[in-house]
This record gives sequence, C-alpha cells and structure tokens, in this order.
Amino acid sequence: MNSKNENLKEQVLRASGVNVLKCMRCGKCSGTCPAYGEMEYHPHQFVYMIEKGDIEKLMNSPSIYRCLTCFACVDRCPRGVEPAKAVEAVRLMAVRKQDGNRLKPEQIPDMLDEDMPQQAIVTALRKYRK
Amino acid sequence: MNRIGVFVCHCGTNIASTVDVKAVAEALSHERGVVISQDYQYMCSESGQNLVKNAIKEHNLTGVVICSCSPRMHENTFRKACSEAGLNPYLVEIANIREQCSWIHKDITTATEKAVILGRTAIAKVTLNTPLTSMESPVVKRALVIGGGIAGIQSALDIAEAGFEVDIVEKEPTIGGKMAQIDKTFPTLDCAACILTPKMVEASQNENINIYSFSEVSDVKGFVGNFTVKIKRKARYVDETKCTGCGLCTEKCPMKKVPNEFNAGLDNRTAIYIPFAQAVPKIATIDPNYCMMLKNGKCGVCSKVCTAGAVDYKQKDEFIEKKYGAIVVATGYNPISPEKFDEYAYSQCPDVVTSLELERLMNAAGPNGGTLLRPSDKKHPEKIVFIQCVGSRCDDDRGKPYCSKICCMYTAKHAMLIREKYPDTEVYVFYIDVRTPGKNFDEFYRRAVEQYNVHYIKGMVGKVTPKANGKIEVQGSDMLADEQLRIDADLVVLAMAIEPDKSARPLATMLTTQMDTNDFFTEAHPKLRPVESATAGIFLSGVCQGPKDIPETVAQASAAAAKAIGLLCKNSITCNPCVAHSDELMCNGCSACEKVCPYGAITYENKEFRMPDRTVAVRRVASVNPAVCQGCGACTVACPSGAMDLNGFSNSQIMAEVDAICK
Repeated sequence: MNSKNENLKEQVLRASGVNVLKCMRCGKCSGTCPAYGEMEYHPHQFVYMIEKGDIEKLMNSPSIYRCLTCFACVDRCPRGVEPAKAVEAVRLMAVRKQDGNRLKPEQIPDMLDEDMPQQAIVTALRKYRK
Repeated sequence: MNRIGVFVCHCGTNIASTVDVKAVAEALSHERGVVISQDYQYMCSESGQNLVKNAIKEHNLTGVVICSCSPRMHENTFRKACSEAGLNPYLVEIANIREQCSWIHKDITTATEKAVILGRTAIAKVTLNTPLTSMESPVVKRALVIGGGIAGIQSALDIAEAGFEVDIVEKEPTIGGKMAQIDKTFPTLDCAACILTPKMVEASQNENINIYSFSEVSDVKGFVGNFTVKIKRKARYVDETKCTGCGLCTEKCPMKKVPNEFNAGLDNRTAIYIPFAQAVPKIATIDPNYCMMLKNGKCGVCSKVCTAGAVDYKQKDEFIEKKYGAIVVATGYNPISPEKFDEYAYSQCPDVVTSLELERLMNAAGPNGGTLLRPSDKKHPEKIVFIQCVGSRCDDDRGKPYCSKICCMYTAKHAMLIREKYPDTEVYVFYIDVRTPGKNFDEFYRRAVEQYNVHYIKGMVGKVTPKANGKIEVQGSDMLADEQLRIDADLVVLAMAIEPDKSARPLATMLTTQMDTNDFFTEAHPKLRPVESATAGIFLSGVCQGPKDIPETVAQASAAAAKAIGLLCKNSITCNPCVAHSDELMCNGCSACEKVCPYGAITYENKEFRMPDRTVAVRRVASVNPAVCQGCGACTVACPSGAMDLNGFSNSQIMAEVDAICK
C-alpha cells in the first residue's frame, strides 16, 4: 500500500469518525440497503475497501452518488460501524479532489441563470477553485 | 527490636527485565530494622523458600518482606514456609513488584525506584505486624442449590450422592428449567425430555434432596461453612402435602385464557395449572394474576372438584430459615426479547418466531402436538429462514456483546430436524460465522449442509417485511455471491442472544459475590478456578457463569458439586484471623459500624466500666463476632472515634505504609 493511499485512508477515517476495524463482516448493512441494486460497491465493501486503503477505486465509482444516506445501515449495524458515514466521507474526498475540476471559473457566466441563488455560485467557485 | 529479612524475586525475566532487582535489594538493606536483604531467581521455588527459611533461623528474623508477584499468587506459599521455620505466618508481608510495577512500567529507572518504594512500604508495615492465630469454624453439612434447571439438578444429585443433604430452591412451580422446554438436543438429536425427566424424578426421589419449588432466596447471611439463608416459599394456594397432581382442577378451571409460559406463550393454560405432564413436584399452582376467586372472590371451582381438599385460597407467602455449609448458584438464562429489533418485525408478524418458540412448535407436547405449523394460519410452512446472531455480538444497547455460543448448533439442529421430517421444506440459514467447536459438533453442522441440503448463506438479514399474501419477505445479503437476496418465506426463526436470569443480580448482592458487566457471575480465576466464585463457599454451575450448552453445563455442574463436597467433607475450616475488633474504651456506641457491616458481625452490648472516680458506669459498646467477620474493613472506615481496627491491617499500619510511600 503506498503512502498516498494511506494518506487518503487516514483522511476518510478522520472525516467520517468511523472505526472500520469494528466490522465483523456480517453484511447486515448490505442486506438492509435500499439502493443496493444501484451500487457497484456495496456498503460492506466500502467498509472493507477503506480498511484495505482502496479509496481511489471508491472515489471513482458512481456508487458514492447512489447512496441515499438513509442511514438504515447505520441504524442496524450490530457493531456500530456506521457505513453511511464512511460513504459520505469518500464522497467528500471526491468532491474536494484537486486537479479533477469539473467546473472552470470562466465557464460560470455562460451557465448563470437568474433563478440560481448567489450562494450557489459562491459555493461552486469555492469548491472548484484550482 | 525488629529483625527484618527482605527477599527480592527476579521471577525469571518477569520482574528482572524492568526492575534492577539487585539495586532494590541493596537499597532496602539500609532500611531500619533490616538485617538481611537478598535477591533470587525464583523466590517461590523450593530453593527460594529454603533461602527464606534458613535466613529466619540464622538471623532470628521477626518479620519477612517478599518483593515478588501479587499476594494472590504466593502469599500462602511464603506464609507456610515461614511458619515451617517457626515464624508466625502473619509476620510476612508481600510487596507486589510484578503486577503493580514491572508489568506496567517500561523504563527500568522508574520501575526500580517504584519497587524500592513498594518494598519500603512493606517494611514499614511489617515492623508493626503482630502474630495472629487462626480460629477454626465448624461446617454445616448441608448444601443449597439455587436454581432447579439441568445445572442445579446435576449439582444437587452429585452432592446428594456423596451423602450430604441438599436443598434445591426453584422459583418456578417445577424443576427442569429451560431444558424441559427444548424438543431435541444436539448433536445426538435425542429427546430432551427423555434424558431430563429421569434426572428430575431421581432428584425428587433421592432422600438427601429436598426441593423447594415456587420459592426464592430472600436473604443470605453468614460465611463459608455457615450460611444462614432465608427462603421465601411463595403462596401457590395449594397444599403441597395434600395435592396428588391428578389434574382435575386444571380441567375444570373456567379461566382458560392465561398465556402458557411453558409453551413460550404460543397457547393458553388455566389459572390453576401444572406446567407440564412430567413436572416435579407434580403439584398444581394457582396463578393469582388470573384466578377469579383470588381476584374477585367469585368462582371456587377448583376447590369444589379437588377430592384431596388441597386448594387453600388463604395461603400466604411463608419464610423459612436454614443453615448451609455451601451454596451452588445455578440461576440459568433467558433469551432476550426480539421486540427491540424492529427490522425483524417480530411484534408485527406471528410467523416471525424465536428459536425457543420453534422448539415448542415442534414438540409433541407443544401447541400443535408436534406438527410444525405457522402460528398465524396453522398452515405448513414451505420456506423457512433462520437468522442467527440476533442480538449476539452486538455493540449497541439493543443486544449483547458476547457470542451466545449455543445458537449455531441449535439452528443447525432445527434446520436438520425440519428437513428430516418435512423434506419438501426449503430451509435457509443466514450466518455471520458458523462456530461449532466441540465433540461431533462440526460434523453435525456439515451434515446439515451435505446430507440435509440446508442452504447456508454467509450474510445477515437487514429487513423482514410481512406481506399481505401471508408471505414474509426476507431481505439479506449473500456476501460470498455479493448480491442482495429477497426470499419470500413462510416462517422466520430468530436465534436470539441469551442473557443471565434477572434474579441473578440481586442474588449476587445477597451472596456478596461478583458479576461482570453482562451480569454473569465471575469465577475466582478464569482458568484455574472456573467453578468457584471469589466468595468462599459459593460455587457456580451452568449458564449463570457464562453461555454454555447442555454437555458443558452438566460438566460444570458436577465440577461445582465436587468443590462443594470437598468443603462439606471438612469438619471445620480455618478462619482468616485478619478480623475487626473494637477498643471498648474508645467506642462511643454510635452504631455506625453495625450499619455498614455486610455480614452482620457487629452487635452492641451494655458493659460496666470502672470510671477514674471509682464509680461504675454502664456504656453501650460494639462487639465483633470474629467467626462472622470477613475482614472487609468497612467498619474501620466508618468508625468516627477510631475504636474499630482490623487485625493485620490496623490503622497505624496503613498510616505507616502511607508515610513510607510519601517519604
């Protein structure tokens, strides 16, 4: 495992507050997940792959946007692992990722419409700043 | 003039690797009164003990300090060695430089410094030690077994077999416990009742065994060899000496809508009832919560039909007091309630049942006469899903953190029995891990898979949804196939976690014995003293000590019995001389000590005292019964005038120790 992955793993663990080592691999999170069919990686895989340090695979998977954050897995996990919080943390990593900007400042004027709240523009700039 | 010998143990590398033992011995040799200070590889060895013995004779020692492991390990070894060399055993002090020093420190300088301080403390104490003599206390040759399940029955039978009287106190109207409710037993699949009921009958016929059914322990006083126990005999409103167990009253009783606890609430019984056909004692009991005569004074049918005239609506709870030498605790367990686990829909759907309910559904004496039918529509279930570890290995407050140990095996048993009897039934088992250590256990589980084609799915069920068409949708994950399954089941069985019986905690308080955070009784040593509690004379039998299956329970029950027999065989036991005593001249008669004494060892008496002016005054002063005192020291702390003191741990000794530490 290289140090970059270790660093990402560390960030995910810190951001989520999840202790992946508590997982006893029972799969109740995935058994309970209403979005299971939509996901490439399932809740229990998130927990296991974070433990292994496979964060980039998760960040690049559409699965992070399929999680409904319904917290059914958090509610029912017998070990208190809170998989949804882990998914949320990976999602945050993807959103904050540098060099992967999906929006450039110069694109913004063309995209503006008058219904868009000012706050959204500021947020978008802040989020996708180089 | 004190002549103290100090002996510092290396304990191999246990102490010597973090404590500079030679430096400790050298530092302590300069303490006041120390005439010899030595170190040795293993002080507890034969030659180490000889070293101490020879030093006592050679230097005419008046006190010995051993710097070694915890006194729990070898205090007795060294006391005995010193007594062989002619020194009073209570002139030995142990400085614990292993558990409280070398094992918890990494830095040699700090650890050595602390070891010297601990040694100095023990020297300060031993300087003030006085020789003490143990007293003997007689042993009452009768045992009490609390709980009449298979554990209690086995313990009682073994003790009775050795020739001692045993009383069994059982809170239910019959002995038999959980095993009586179980249909078949793993891994041999023999019928539980067929192997249990002969033991129940044996217990009732054994002339050394006396069964107090429908009774509870309400108070325990005394100590090892001499417990005084108050037993509450709950009113059953039937005279035990007259009732013949004919059962006519139970047929005629008009109150027929009482949930039958023996069948796990799946059917009803009458208000006057005999729990099951083979109940021991076979005596009817009236349930006062449902009996119309007791509630409203209207009915009296049972009394009219009883030819023996045994029904007595005026019966009251009775208390009896008896003396025992040993107590065996066998209070057993209960499955936890599935109601907190909303996702399994237990409260919504009658066809979601617990494993114990399934035992009754399959039992010939159960609500369906042994035919497996769904509770809701009495139809034969074609697809059955078992969910394991419900509430076990659970980190939140809904469940229990431990593995309940028996569920893997009984679920395999259920699955196998169903496939054997109804081969058209499909059976699925959701498991996290299959844990089957034990003789013929894994073979048993493999038979369920290989011969009986039970579908084992690695994964957990997340959600159970009762459907309008009577089916139950079970949604769970198959982790090996990495898919989410949806099974339309007819019956769902939950393998609930088990917990110690609720009566165990108040009982532990009465017995002044210890429990863990899960309310299991704590054994005196997890490896070497597994059936004794930390309180002398109290032994542990069965699940009250930790989850166990029947073979293990029986083995432990016999082990507990062997320990109890060992105690009862003795005519007397040596008492601990480190007991409290009060200085009558300082005692102001405030009763503070009497109130805190957990053993009832302190009484007050009026005594005549000659006053300085030659008059005689009568004063109320405390007096300690040394045979009852256990030396806990609570009274010495409570005493406001400092009159109460503990032999071997006197106030002045403790202050000397504190001074030595703070020096």
